[in-house]
This record gives sequence, C-alpha cells and structure tokens, in this order.
Amino acid sequence: MITFIIRRLIAAVFLLIVVSIVTFGIFFVVPRLAGQTTDQLAAAFVGKSPSIKALHEIEQRLGLNLPLYEQYWNFVKGLVAGEYYDTGTQIVHCPAPCFGYSFKNQLPVWPQMLSVLPVTLSLAIGAAIIWLLAGVGIGVLSALRRGSWFDRAAMTAALAGVSLPVFFTALIALALFRDALPIFPDAGNYIPFFDNPGRWFWALVLPWITLAFLYAALYARLTRAGMLDTMGEDFIRTARAKGLPERTVVVKHGLRATLTPIATIFGLDLGLLLGGAVLTETAFSLPGLGHFAYLAIQAQDLPEIMGVTMLAGFFVVIANLIVDVLYAVIDPRVRYS
Amino acid sequence: MKRRKLISVALACAGLCLVSACGGSSSSSSGSAAFDAGNTSIVNASDATGGTLNYGMTNQFDSVDPGNTYYAFSWNFSRLYAVPLLSYNPAPGKAGENLVPGLATGMGTTSADGLTWTYHLKSGMKFADGEPITSADVKYAVERTFAKDVLPNGPAYFQTYLANAANYPGPYKDKDPNGLAAIETPDDTTVVFHLSQKFSDFNYLVANPQTAPVPPAKDTGANYQTQVVGSGPYTIKPGSVNPTTGFSLIKNPYWKSSNDPYIKQTADQINVSFNLAADDLDNRLLSGSIDLDLYGTGLNTAARSKVLSSAQLKKNTDAALSGFLWYYPIDTQVIPNVDCRKAVEYAADKTLFQNAYGGDLAGGDIASTVLPPNIIGYNKFDDYEALTQPGGDIQKAKDELAKCGKPTGFSFNVAVRGDRPKEVASAQALQTALAKVGIKIDILQYPTGQYGTSYIGSPSFMQQHNIGMGTYGWEADWPDGFGFLYSIASGNAILQAGNSNISMLNDPQVNNLLNQAAATKDQAQQTQIYQQIDKIMMDQATVLPEVYAKSLLYRPSDLTNVYVSSVFGMYDYTQIGKKSS
Amino acid sequence: MSDETEFLDVPPRPGEEGFVDLAPTPSEKFLELRDLRVHFPTDDGLVKSVDGLSFSLERGKTLGIVGESGSGKSVTSLAILGLHRKASMSGEIWLDGQNLVGLPEDDVRRLRGKRMAMIFQDPLSAMHPYYTVGSQIIEAYRVHNKVSKQVARKHAIEMLDRVGIPQPQSRVDDYPHQFSGGMRQRAMIAMALSCDPELLIADEPTTALDVTVQAQILDLIRDLQQEFNSAVIIITHDLGVVAELSDDILVMYGGRMVEYGTAREIFREPQHPYTWGLLGSMPRLDRDRADRLLPIQGTPPSLINLPSGCAFHTRCRFADLNGGASETEVPELVEVSTGHQVACHLSPENRRRIWDDEISPNL
Repeated sequence: MITFIIRRLIAAVFLLIVVSIVTFGIFFVVPRLAGQTTDQLAAAFVGKSPSIKALHEIEQRLGLNLPLYEQYWNFVKGLVAGEYYDTGTQIVHCPAPCFGYSFKNQLPVWPQMLSVLPVTLSLAIGAAIIWLLAGVGIGVLSALRRGSWFDRAAMTAALAGVSLPVFFTALIALALFRDALPIFPDAGNYIPFFDNPGRWFWALVLPWITLAFLYAALYARLTRAGMLDTMGEDFIRTARAKGLPERTVVVKHGLRATLTPIATIFGLDLGLLLGGAVLTETAFSLPGLGHFAYLAIQAQDLPEIMGVTMLAGFFVVIANLIVDVLYAVIDPRVRYS
Repeated sequence: MKRRKLISVALACAGLCLVSACGGSSSSSSGSAAFDAGNTSIVNASDATGGTLNYGMTNQFDSVDPGNTYYAFSWNFSRLYAVPLLSYNPAPGKAGENLVPGLATGMGTTSADGLTWTYHLKSGMKFADGEPITSADVKYAVERTFAKDVLPNGPAYFQTYLANAANYPGPYKDKDPNGLAAIETPDDTTVVFHLSQKFSDFNYLVANPQTAPVPPAKDTGANYQTQVVGSGPYTIKPGSVNPTTGFSLIKNPYWKSSNDPYIKQTADQINVSFNLAADDLDNRLLSGSIDLDLYGTGLNTAARSKVLSSAQLKKNTDAALSGFLWYYPIDTQVIPNVDCRKAVEYAADKTLFQNAYGGDLAGGDIASTVLPPNIIGYNKFDDYEALTQPGGDIQKAKDELAKCGKPTGFSFNVAVRGDRPKEVASAQALQTALAKVGIKIDILQYPTGQYGTSYIGSPSFMQQHNIGMGTYGWEADWPDGFGFLYSIASGNAILQAGNSNISMLNDPQVNNLLNQAAATKDQAQQTQIYQQIDKIMMDQATVLPEVYAKSLLYRPSDLTNVYVSSVFGMYDYTQIGKKSS
Repeated sequence: MSDETEFLDVPPRPGEEGFVDLAPTPSEKFLELRDLRVHFPTDDGLVKSVDGLSFSLERGKTLGIVGESGSGKSVTSLAILGLHRKASMSGEIWLDGQNLVGLPEDDVRRLRGKRMAMIFQDPLSAMHPYYTVGSQIIEAYRVHNKVSKQVARKHAIEMLDRVGIPQPQSRVDDYPHQFSGGMRQRAMIAMALSCDPELLIADEPTTALDVTVQAQILDLIRDLQQEFNSAVIIITHDLGVVAELSDDILVMYGGRMVEYGTAREIFREPQHPYTWGLLGSMPRLDRDRADRLLPIQGTPPSLINLPSGCAFHTRCRFADLNGGASETEVPELVEVSTGHQVACHLSPENRRRIWDDEISPNL
C-alpha cells in the first residue's frame, strides 16, 4: 500500500510538471507563435496609452525579454525556492510555493489564492455534502421504486438539473429567495466563517443548493443506474436468502457496491471543483478560486492564470490519488491484485 | 488621455466661480425624485450623517492607489480618501465643471512666462494617521507616478509638461535627495511646478489624483495600494483592501469639514465590493442591498427594461451624458480622398448606431460633432445631416462618391473589438448602410486587450490590412476641448503603437490651433479654438461620430445629495449620504 | 389425536365432488407444494415459469430437480424461499404446516436462512465481493440469533472447519476472491448451514467446479444432511449429480413436472422421452467420444408461448406415435407404479419397448 501511494505520488508530481509546461506553453509560447511581440504582451500590464518607454520598463520587470526557457525556469524556481520582488521601495521575498507576482493586482499570486481558497472550500465541500446525500438518496429511492411517480418526478427533475445552466438557476434563485422573498439576504456575498458562522452558513445556502442541484441530478441518475444493476446481482439474492431485512440488503449490500464508482466520480468532481466553481462563484459573486481564475483570464494576468491552473491541477491530481487509495479501501479486490 | 470630461468655464471664470462657491454651499436647488432630476438638481439634499454605504461594481479598481489609477469612477471616488490639489465644484450641470480648491487654497498662480505654477496648501490639513500634510508629500506623490515600472496605470502628463522630467525614473530609482527638480517646495505649504512649455490647462492636471499627498515614509511602492494613508474625509480601513473583492473606507478622525467645504463626510463607513455579476449587481441595486453601481456606466439590458417600464422605478433614474463619444475614426492614409470619406459620412445610418449602443436613454444621443455637449468648446453643428436625416442620405453619398471618382463605390476593412457586442452591432449597421451606395466593407474582429495598442493603435497595421475605420470611444481627462482633442487630433500625438490619433490627422492648422490653446489664458479664445478644430475635423470627414454616450444611472431613494457630475458623467461620489432610516 | 382423526370426515380434495375451497388444508408433509404457479408479467407477455407444480418432501430426504435451463427449476426453489418480488404466485407452499404463499413478507424473511437455506451456483458472484467470507457468515448467523460478534465469529470458524476449509481461523478474514472455486462453494455451504436449516436447497451447487471438487462438494452435502437431518433439494441440469445423492428425482420441462420417481426408478425405468434425453446427455468416460452423448434436439421452448399439447412434442422423436394427441392435449400425470408418475401420451407398452430397444442399449 505504501509503495502504491509513493508510486502514485511520483506520477502525480510528473503530471504536475506536464501541466505546468502545457499551461506555460499556452499562455507564453502560443501567443508568440501567433505573432505577438513582447511589447504587446507587456501592453496587457500597463495602463492606457502607454509610452514605449513604459512598455520596455514593464517588459524588463516581468522578464518578458528573457528567453522562454529562462522564463519557465524562473517560474519553476519560484515555485520551489521562492522569489524576490521589487515593489519599488523594498525587495519583498515571496516564499515557496511562489506562484509568481501579479502585475495587475500588484500582489504575489499565492497569498491571493490562499485568501480566496476558503470561499471555494466552503462552497465546494458544502455543495458536495448536499449533492452526495441528495443525489445518492434520490437515486436509491428511484431505483427501488422504479417506474413509480417518485421515480418519474425525480428523474425529470434530474434531467432539468443536468440541463439547466448554473448561471440561470443562480439568477432565478437570487431573484426569488433574496430579492422577492428576502429569506437569504446575504446570498451573493461571502461572509468568512470566523466572522460569523451563522451568516456564513445562511449566505451559502443558495449557492450550495444551486451548485448541488447540478451535481445531485447527475449523481441521482448514476446512483439509480448503479443500484438497478447492483440489485440484480447474485450477491443481493444471497443476502435476501440469508433472511436479512430489506433495509440491510439495500444499504449494506446494494449501496456499498453501487458507491464504488460513485466515490471515484465524486473524488474527481470534488477535485475539479476545488480548483474553482467558475460559473457558480461568478453568478453568486463569491470571490473564490473559480472567480479568481475568471478574472485572471479576463485580465490576461499570466502569473495568476499559471497559478490558478497549477493549483487546480494540483487538486485534481491529489483527488485522483485519494480516489485510487479510497478505491483500494472500498474494493478489496483492487487492494490485493 | 482617456478618461475624463470637462468643464466649461475654464480659467477666467474659474476665479469668480471659486469665490462665490467658497462663500457658501451649493447654489443648486434641491430636487425630488423624478426621471432625470439628478442631471439638473441635487436629489434628496440633506445633511444627514451616519449609516453605511454599500457600493458595488462588476469589475475592480485598476488600483486604489491614487498614483496608479486611470478610471473616471476612481478619479471621482478616490477624492474621498486622497485629496488632490484641486477638485471639481460639487454641483449639477455646467457649474460642476468648475475647479475648486482641494488641498490647495485656490487656483495656481502662474508666472509671466507661463512656465511656473505655484500652489499653496491649506493649513491644518492632516493625514488619517494624524501627521500634517506638507508640500513635500505632494511633491513626492507626483514624483512616484514617474516610476512607470512600479505604478504603470496613471496618465503621463507630468512627464510631458514638467521641465526636464521625461527621463526622471521616479523616487525609487533616483537617489537624489532633492528629487525631481521641476517641483519645488520652498516651504511646507508651497508647491511650485516648472513647466517645459506653456500649458494653460495645468490646473486641470493637478486636479487628478496623482497630486493627492503620499507621505514618503509610508510609501511601499506597489504595495501602497493596500495601505493608502487617507488625506480626505475618509481613509482606507486598515487591512480591508483585497484587490479582487473590494475594500472599505472609514472616517478620517483628523479631517475637519471646515477645511474642505466641497466634500462631505456623511456615512460612517463605505464598503466597496468588486467583481459582482452584472445582472446580480443590478438586482441588488434595485432591491436596496447595494446603494450604487460605483463604475457608473449604468444599468444593464435586463434591469434597464425593468426600470423603464415602471414609473415607480423610473423616477429614480437619470439618463446621464457620460462624456463619452462613440465614433469611427476614418484613417486618412487608408482613405485619402476627402470626398470618399464624406460619402461614408452621408451614407451611414445613425439611428442604427444609436440602437446598437442601447437606444436614446441608455445608448446616447446621435452625435454630429467630435466634442460632446459637456465639453468646453462644444458648439452644435451638423455637416452631414446626422440630425436632420439620421437614416443617411444616399443621394448625397452618391454625389460625393462621384466627386471622389469612384461612383460605383470602393472597399476597405473595418476593425472592431470582437468581444464587445455593441461595437460589433454598430459595425454591422455600418456595413448595411454603406452597401447601399456600393461601399463594401469587411469587418475584422480583434481582442479588446491589445486593440488600442497593437491593432487600431498601430498605423502600420491599419495600412497593411487596409483598415479604413474602426469602432472607438473617447472621453477627455479633463472637461475642456484640449483635454478631449489633443490625442485624437494633433499630429504631434501620432504614435507608432498605442496611437489614439487613428485618423492620422496631421493638419498644420489644427496643430497650430492646439498650440495656441495651450498658450493662451483667454477662456473665450480657447473655446473658439476648440470649436474651430471640431469643425475642421468634421469638414475633413476624419471622424464619423455615432452617439454622445449616455448611461442610465439608478439612485436608490434613500440616498442623499445625489446628482450627476458633468465632469465624470456619473454621480458625484463626494457628496452622497444615506437617509437615517 | 391420531386416533380421533380416523373418525373425522376427510374433506374432499380439489377436483373431488363436494370440494369447497374455504381454506387450504394444512399439509402434514414437511414440505409440500400444491399446484404452484409462478408467472412473470413482461412487456412481451406472461412468462409462465412454473405452471402447476406439486410435490412433497420429508425431513432427511433428498429430492433432485432436473431440467434444462428455463425449465422452471430455479424459479421453483426461489419461490419456496419467497424471493420472487415481481412475480404473481398462486398455489400453496407448505413448510412444516405453514403456507408460505400469502404469508407476510417479513414472516417469510424470518424463515429464510434459518429454517430454509439455499446454496447458489457460482459462489463468486453469489458472495459479496466487498465483505470477508467470515463477516458474511457472521451476518447470516446473527440475523437469526441474538449473539455477540465474538460468538458469531467463533461459530463461523466452526462452520468453515466443518465444511473442510483448512486454517479457518485465518481464512475467515479472507475475501471471496481469495478463495479457490471449491473453497468458495464450501464457504457458501457453511453460510447456508450456519443456522442449521431444516430445508436446504442447492441450486447447481457444482456447476462451476471441476470434477474432483464436484465429488467432494456432493459428499459434503450428503454428510451434512445426515448430520442435520435436513430435507435437501438439489437442482441441476446434470442427472449425474443427483444420481447418487437423491432419494427422489423430479424432472421438469417447460415449467411443468414431466416425470417423478425414486432415483432408482428414474435411472432404471425412465418413462418420459425427455428423461431419456437427459440420460443420454450424460457424459460417460467408457465410450468413444462420438458415441458418448445422445443430446436432445432443438432448444428449450419459450415460456411465453409454450407449444400446444405436450410442450415437449416439438423435440420429441416419438410424438408421431400418438396420433396427434401430443400436439393438442396436455398429457396428464399418470402413476405408472407407486410413486412413479409420468406425463406422456405414449402408451406404457410403447414406452417400455422404446426404452428397452432403442434407448437403454445406447446409453
């Protein structure tokens, strides 16, 4: 098991390096291949109508005039060993992992990401709990009552959930439950947990539900299909033949087997989401990683884009790792083979 | 040179206006809520204090550092915590375009040769940390804006106009204890600026936030944005600045209203939230959980139709002239024949432009001149029947085409910012209208990010790609003709990248007139010069004006002292308070 | 009591004159099925998996139910355990004086695993892959016995030991996939026997196993039966499996019983052409490969649309000896000797002649 994890960790690091090269390539190399000059790249970082002199100064400051491999090396060096930045009045050390320095916001990227991370964590984890409980619960009930009105209603709602875009449901939810009926007056703001846990919770209910709706729909359908499969398995018949109460049969024997693929997908979904729920965060004006990424891309702030891509990649890779380990824990057949 | 608008009564009148303004509060009448009331009167005039103001916006400040910002709304808003030497008169309408004292006791006094401008600071002004504000702080504030590598965002007028300043690298790299020689501080309350050339609009320059004082000991360069030391009625709440989510202002305990009657300390706290979703911001504005859209460009489509269809809501809105002109510069190198350009002027359907930008209330009024109505020097005229025959005059267009020797038309390309639907719609409207007279255009889309620097702002690019026109918008950094026209009309302003004189107009007469305007102190003469330039540009058909932009602004009924600042084209943020509920 | 019963009127049986179906008469047999019908409604039509099956079984006895796939034998066994959830069932299933048909689901559940248990074929899929063998046995034991986990675990180890699993103390914590096929089947048996069931149904218990293991498992079932004195039903398509194990053999075809008799009768004097076919299908090592099998032609019939008359007539080589009756009339079950029943239109003489002359010599 230990060697398994170590092996996976090494693979994860390698994967992250690939991610960093690809991201770097997309945002630094491709524009050049497409004919952009370093002046044009630098222009994204200066105010309006910059003078040529100002452009050259910015170029120098950002290192845009260096060869590409040197720029990449500096980026990696910053990640591993930290970097130094000249704020004008002083040299500031940006300790590892330094994801670079945003010249748009005049701040190192990593602390910015750290400051928005709690928002994404709050949103993603809260929503994940809801969609897992609701999705799996509804999926199981639907499977057990296949063809009933409950099944039909749930699956219709699930279809809607999968099809409706988040920014639409978000807008409707806000218009109904914040503006028309002020049940969630704080919705659309983020109140830090340690400022006021109650308001933190209440402000996040709508985003949670909106985001969870999308995923719960998916999970309900997955669970339903999985349960229908599993409940037809021989070992379910065996469990019944043993005289186990139906609840035990469904939960202990049926659900356990159904949850294995769900757990896999759940891990990956959560990993992706931790990298930022772009639409939900933007629709609810929640300043999380997704919103941060959205702004970074809009502003073409390369260090921020690099940073947020790497962090998102990190989450996905870690989620993958956890899923693999979890899979081995859930399914003994994997463990020993 | 892009961001502001301007005043009318410039210098000659300024002295008089100032005196009367100093004598008491605004002479404007107080209005009650009605559609467009904020354009002409102060809605809900009140001395109420207390409460919290919550401002929201769909984007963010380029920087809250007064030395590193270049947006109209931030030049407007930053006066609450960073007071420049001069400011604008807090009054609706034309009166709001007059300069009034900020840190300084009055307008600058200029030497006989016009190259020296002297300002005296009011006594007793203090930073939020209790330290007195001195002339050294003002000098330092201007000096640091020269460090473009650290503070890249602001305009570069001081580099252009101060004597021997073009190569000054800013105080971070310059180790000379005397700093920039062009700015002298003979004593703690006097600042003297030495210019390299006559520049009669210099008072406007010191009204921009680059002259708001920065204590050298507290400057942390790029990081100063998170720890700005307040010099106005408010200061930034320590630790509240997050460049992506917003910041808060709290009262500056050392500020006294007796020191600055032109600005109000009303609410106890002002919160600014960045990066809200656009439709969500409008909904919150209408439902009262947000007090103002700080960016000041007005409601979006959905909220606009909602507001305009309800009398209750509509009375809380103002369709404000933003000072912006939407227009097509016509590149005189790509389309050298003036008659060909005139054919374009006649053939274009101006009502379609108006629709593309959002109609008469939210888009703007059809434009027939280069200068918008709220710029000093505006004089209404209509060379190409834009107002009398806005749908276009096909016959006249064909006549011009014949004169130009291309009776069956000609073809060229038009550039647009592909990610701006309104501009794309405008270009399509142009395409349709020009096709009627045989002028064939292809629309080329470019990203907004480098549009102004590398595409439409690059004369060689324009020529290589046969781009004769492009969608463009312009507003002045200060509200007179010089502020509006210099960059887009002067042959001396033509740049190889980031060029704003997209028409490539290099007319000796225009250049000369601009020089005269900069040199004279005669307001009447200046006004007349701006009118003249405007007329020349239209006669030469170097610009196809589309609309004088308007924004449909919403003011919640519980806000006090709300009116449209003619200079900024949005509500004046230095006066607004909240009714005690 | 028994003395007095002699004086009571014996109520008319179904079909006799004067029979009034007020309530079914309790069976005195340990297990008795009366006219059991199990039908599954499907989109394609009604699947009559079992259509009028009756038989009985006493404690300590073994019944073999034989037939091809789809003959209804497995459906019968699941019906006895009450494991059909979507079927419409009629008839009676008496277990020790209690009619299981119509009994509340929870009451049947309490009997399952305790008084009647089942050994499934293919124990790899029949055991839950995520739980250890031990925990699955423990679960089966604890659901019917209020004991601590430790006690149940001890019992599970004993059971594993009893079915011949070596080192049961450690194997108890293994997962099914860590067992070999035969071991899994033993574990399955241990699980089925954990509550000392009085009725044990083994559904193809040896199908997935190789021959040597088959014999061991069959021996094990026989030994355990003697030890527990259980009634055992062995379901198989392979007459060889039941040859030595069963007291009686029931041959099913198309959801109906076509022949019933003692194992001896079925092997020595089989009456039904289908039974002959089954006997002919048994692989024998003492013949040449080409002669070894006498398979039944054709495929099993659709249970939605059974052939008219005798369901077997489409595959029966002797159907034309009956003057068309095979195609029109469903043959009645007829007792050919005591306890030996057959449903076939062939005359007894024809049956005897064909068996003696054509079939028997070729087996």
